Amino acid sequence: MHKTDLIVVGGGLVGMSIAYGLALLGRRVTVLDEGDDALRAARGNFGLLWVQGKGYRNAPYAGWTRQSVALWPEFNALLHADTGIDVHLRQPGGFQLCLSDEELAEETRRLVWLQEAFDGDYPFELLDPTQLKKRIPGIGPGVVGACYTPMDGHVNPLKLLRALYAACQTRGVKIVNGLSVEGIDQHASGFELRAGEQRFCAEHLVLAAGLGNRPLGAMLGMDVPVRPNRGQILVTERLQPFLQYPTTYVRQTDEGTVQLGDSLEAVGFDDRTSSQVMSEIAARAVQCFPRLGQVRMVRAWGALRVLSADGYPIYEAAHDSPGAFVVTCHSGVTLAAAHALRLAPWIAGEADEPAIRPFNLARFKGMREVHYAH
Amino acid sequence: MPTETLFRRLQLADKYVQIEFEGTPLTVPADVSLAAALLTHDLGATRESAINGRPGAAYCMMGVCFECLVEVDGQANCQACLIQVVEGMRVRRQRGARDLLIGGQGDE
Amino acid sequence: MSDPVVDLIIIGAGPAGISAALEASAHGLEVVLLDEQGSPGGQIWRNVAQADTRTRQVLGSDYSAGQPLVEALLASNVRYQPNAAVWQVTEERCVHFLLDGKARVLQGRQLLIATGAMERPMPIPGWTLPGVMTAGAGQILLKSAALVPQGPVILAGCGPLLYLLAVQYLRAGIGIEALVDTSERRDVFKHSRQLRQALAGWRDLLKGLSLLATLKRAGVKHYRAARNLRVEGGRRAEALCFDSDGRAQKVWASLILLHQGVAPNIQISQSLRADHDWNEQQLCWVARRDSWGETSLPGIFIAGDGGAIGGANVAATQGRLAALAIAHRLQKIDACRLQALSKPWLQMLGRQSAARPLIDALYRPLAQNRIPHDDTIVCRCEEVSAGTIRGYVELGCLGPNQTKAFGRCGMGPCQGRQCGLSVTEIIAEHRNVSPAQVGYYRIRPPLKPITLAQLASERELETSTSSTPERSLS
Repeated sequence: MHKTDLIVVGGGLVGMSIAYGLALLGRRVTVLDEGDDALRAARGNFGLLWVQGKGYRNAPYAGWTRQSVALWPEFNALLHADTGIDVHLRQPGGFQLCLSDEELAEETRRLVWLQEAFDGDYPFELLDPTQLKKRIPGIGPGVVGACYTPMDGHVNPLKLLRALYAACQTRGVKIVNGLSVEGIDQHASGFELRAGEQRFCAEHLVLAAGLGNRPLGAMLGMDVPVRPNRGQILVTERLQPFLQYPTTYVRQTDEGTVQLGDSLEAVGFDDRTSSQVMSEIAARAVQCFPRLGQVRMVRAWGALRVLSADGYPIYEAAHDSPGAFVVTCHSGVTLAAAHALRLAPWIAGEADEPAIRPFNLARFKGMREVHYAH
Repeated sequence: MPTETLFRRLQLADKYVQIEFEGTPLTVPADVSLAAALLTHDLGATRESAINGRPGAAYCMMGVCFECLVEVDGQANCQACLIQVVEGMRVRRQRGARDLLIGGQGDE
Repeated sequence: MSDPVVDLIIIGAGPAGISAALEASAHGLEVVLLDEQGSPGGQIWRNVAQADTRTRQVLGSDYSAGQPLVEALLASNVRYQPNAAVWQVTEERCVHFLLDGKARVLQGRQLLIATGAMERPMPIPGWTLPGVMTAGAGQILLKSAALVPQGPVILAGCGPLLYLLAVQYLRAGIGIEALVDTSERRDVFKHSRQLRQALAGWRDLLKGLSLLATLKRAGVKHYRAARNLRVEGGRRAEALCFDSDGRAQKVWASLILLHQGVAPNIQISQSLRADHDWNEQQLCWVARRDSWGETSLPGIFIAGDGGAIGGANVAATQGRLAALAIAHRLQKIDACRLQALSKPWLQMLGRQSAARPLIDALYRPLAQNRIPHDDTIVCRCEEVSAGTIRGYVELGCLGPNQTKAFGRCGMGPCQGRQCGLSVTEIIAEHRNVSPAQVGYYRIRPPLKPITLAQLASERELETSTSSTPERSLS
């Protein structure tokens, strides 16, 4: 029988960020995780710290996203101090490249809405092709314009995952992997989790298991409306640095490879790639940067986003199971800093966090599930 | 100076072609792969890796290992073991990652 | 290549692929045979139709034995397509490939994977230096370009191919500096249990023994039971150091050819997520197949070394059997005829497979050459060392997909072909569990690099087939 202050179920970016935040507060934490072949959004994401356009018609989400991005330098410094791992945080601002006037108009409309929602405090620029080419060499003639905000950035998401593991280990977090939680019992003293022959006990429980939150929540009588949404990403061979800015479809990593993506597909739990979607992604990338046409793709993957019924995060302190929390989102990279430095103190009971109140489960009552990401 | 050439023809080839390696003309057997052709001269490493500059040269000869990458006629990262040598080919060592904005085709 | 749907697509024109194509074609199937090389024969009979007399003489009779089959293929109705690089295969048996730089797609009613074997990686210190190659590479150079070593050459490792290449070099008049053998003569007695079984395959065993005898007569310096192999050199290989006969040895050579057996090339079957098992006897992953070669995916068969290592003869027989099963499936032959036609092949397969357990045991690669010390590179593409992998296991990685995410091991252009077996075994040893519990890389397309322009051009092709999973955006 293992006993700690808190158990976090899920060893992805969300679970590990929270575990790290809790460890920073001196809590004793156990993370329970599945094995090598688990569905892992943390292994498949694009690495953007993205603000631009997020939270259109949902200002609290936009605000929460901005808060996290603002916290990222501090979060990065903590991780670096604990592990020595450079996760390659860069926040030079980002570009949404538009291939049609309609796309540009739509994007502009969103940004204008957000700027109004923030009383003008939402910087962005619209660039015509000539201005854009000065900022980003190699842009193709198919790009009719772009939106730029200085708020966006990117990071190496795999180095982030490794840094979180190393930092958690340094801070005494116990990571138990290769198991899946089969039952949760609540006693007066807290929770007991069953996984095969093993038992884990803790006063507090955080469900951060991505798509696993649905069955895990059900064990506590909660309906957690999360669904998979597939995104496919292509990666090219390494290139000399040519693109320092993140864009929504094309991002050059610190290793030199170029990530291209991504798609939004409701295909259930199928995380394979499909040549049709891959060819569309490739075509779009070549339109954005024609010289990429001669570059070789060396890897591709499908990964499943964890999408709630309205596309926004879920931060729930369970009513009927005091001490249990449910955390779900599809922006584990962007929100990692807020999860470690704001959400973890809230879970630990050390701080109130009004910004997350709109993201409880009650909002889904009577709502139809949608399949889009925001 | 003793030669460090690794391979030679079992017997003279019927036909030879001229190629250029790093600007130097080389006479090589025709009708063989570029990697095989390069192995008939003392060239040492034919690439420097994009990771940390590690010297590399042809290793598996069957398209699996990607150690034989060279630049051919301005096209970066070509697997020399999978392409036939052609008269007049201009070959260079693949030094690190390719540069998207220099050389090759695809100008916008 | 106008009709996008054919009866049977075969990938790989080696012994298995050619035999299957001829058999299937003889029963009236429309067969497309795709191969990456420029001429048929696979690696074993590579270039056999073009090789000159002197090269044939050097390579010996097993090589020339492929010629009739290759000639029969070229004279047959089989639509043989050389220079086709297959980069994606789907469960619906759609094969995506590049030909002359253009993307193509074909769908088969049935599919046979006959992609053969790859050399098992031999990650010893210094194995990435220029001048270190595989014995298989040495043989390919001999077959495809009539090239032989110019200066001092060392052959190191174990397995029949190593001896065969040594003998071929002798026939070519090439002096071998040393044969550094990691196996031991007394190994034979350890494995006497298999001897009775092996007697049925005595020809294969005699072949191995006679090769050794030839080498001995020629006075080749043969070190046995070599341990702690290490290539020395700065920017290129200069010498091989090892322990043998109870002392440290150092042999100078600019060319060092390594070999420790072959393993099935499972990239396609893994990418299809067919069921695979760890084979402890052959120390590799093998796709689960029924007696005809069909995998866990209906209509997708594997024949030859791509399924499990059996050698060229076994591959050819398995190709025949798979083709017969496929002909039956497509109602070209009835059950009776299938039975009658397959019987002699099944009997032959029994004889051909008899010596395999002994060969596997005799030439089992050493643990120290499969699971290297910390500072040896295992992933050549991303230059990740064994010690780094062990460090990731300490951080909580249970398998190769997690270590890949943590440190890029297996992410390079070779798609883990060179490091996959090593990484699984390193993790298994460090966790003290079996490789079966560790698992293998999740292989995904592209199986071969494809340019973005080529990939983008697939959009036009896709409309002509109704076969791939549709994108269903809600």
